[in-house]
Amino acid sequence: MPDLTPLWLTLRVASFATAIAFAFAVGFAWLTARFAFWGRDFLDAILTLPLVMPPTVLGYYLIVVWGRNGWLGSWLSAHFGISLMFTWQGAVLAATVVAFPLLFKSARAAFEGVSTEYEQAARILGDSELRVFFRITLPLAARGLLAGTMLAFARAMGDFGATLMVAGNIEGKTQTAAMAVFDAVQAGNYNLANTLVAIMSVVCVTILVMTNKLASRGRAGR
Amino acid sequence: MFLRSLICLFIVVPAVFGGASPASAETEILVSAAASLTESFKEIGKSFAAKNPGVKVSFNFAATGSLLQQISQGAPADVFASADQESMDKAEKGGVILPGSRINFAGNSLVLIAPVNMPPLVGLGDLKSGRVQKIAMGNPDSVPVGRYTKSALEKQGLWDALAPKCVMGISVKQALEYVMRGEVEAGFVYATDAAVAKDKVRVVAEIPTDKTIVYPVAVVAGSANKEKAQAFLLYLRSPEAQTILAKYGFSKP
Repeated sequence: MPDLTPLWLTLRVASFATAIAFAFAVGFAWLTARFAFWGRDFLDAILTLPLVMPPTVLGYYLIVVWGRNGWLGSWLSAHFGISLMFTWQGAVLAATVVAFPLLFKSARAAFEGVSTEYEQAARILGDSELRVFFRITLPLAARGLLAGTMLAFARAMGDFGATLMVAGNIEGKTQTAAMAVFDAVQAGNYNLANTLVAIMSVVCVTILVMTNKLASRGRAGR
Repeated sequence: MFLRSLICLFIVVPAVFGGASPASAETEILVSAAASLTESFKEIGKSFAAKNPGVKVSFNFAATGSLLQQISQGAPADVFASADQESMDKAEKGGVILPGSRINFAGNSLVLIAPVNMPPLVGLGDLKSGRVQKIAMGNPDSVPVGRYTKSALEKQGLWDALAPKCVMGISVKQALEYVMRGEVEAGFVYATDAAVAKDKVRVVAEIPTDKTIVYPVAVVAGSANKEKAQAFLLYLRSPEAQTILAKYGFSKP
């Protein structure tokens, strides 16, 4: 049985990345969906940028900011002696950045689809903003959020370019499944490549099928 | 109206950008060469083209292992220049190179390097210290310099202690880049790569390898331009090409 550590590593990195992306995406999505402020479209564009940029360009930006000699990276290195480069945490950072726009876009659409009338009704009946969000907005947006989360998870799992540049390719530590496939092909190890590719394909197809089911049930129920 | 102009755009743009290739009676040969040959081969390519009007040389630089995979899968290369004998042996066994065309054309050496703006290392022994957290090297599975490094470290009994600290690059150039950026405290590259980056990296020591590093080159069996490819190989052994190689730090084969 070929070494499947890259798959576990990928799951771990993708899970953390999706969780972090979820927190930020829901926050920003709710802000942009509910409030019209100056620069909102611009903010939306900036937050969506990683979706259209080549992963290597993203990887480069991440290095410039978080590399040992980068803006934030040098501060981290000087004050805490830590560097995100070549660590699985760095891989999480890269995966978060690429997954975030997918979640953000889906979340914003989901929140915009929740009729403000329900929220107003709740407010009139005495609910605090927090209760309105958690008891009305979030549950009504749940289907769209879930679909977005699954897409983001798939994207985080599949990232190669940005993760390679930030976290490098360290077997057992940062070698995600996508990189393991690359390495296996480079070395002519088609056995390992086939196994990894088969498993990844099954996982991705499953995610897409489930996402479609969620999206279509949402439409039918409307 | 809008839809029509959009459709026109999708027809016109590819036509303009896709069609433009100069009608040439030129032969073009594709040389797939190890990453460490990037600078020297570019210069040699220009000088070869100058001496052979009507021939253009294009290059494909990557780790030798990648190149071997590409050629085995049918990539249209005419020449294959490898950084180690082992890869060329594999190519020969796989029948992807022209029998009898293989020649050695240059030698190189393995060096331990460190970023210039870090406190100096003294030698291999320093790599075990806590100060050295990450060491860049080529991936031994597909990059010759990685194989040389691993066997040199194994010979010194250091491989087991240092392996967890090693960051595997997909080519010698990536290992060099990690050191240049200061993301790692040390790295193993060829002397020629260290020379190209001498303002950012400092050579700590030359590492003896039990096999001398000799680069072979051969004509690819599936080449459509075998004559010109052979001419390029011969040129590599010529005094001009050897001078260029020596300029970049390669030794005689």
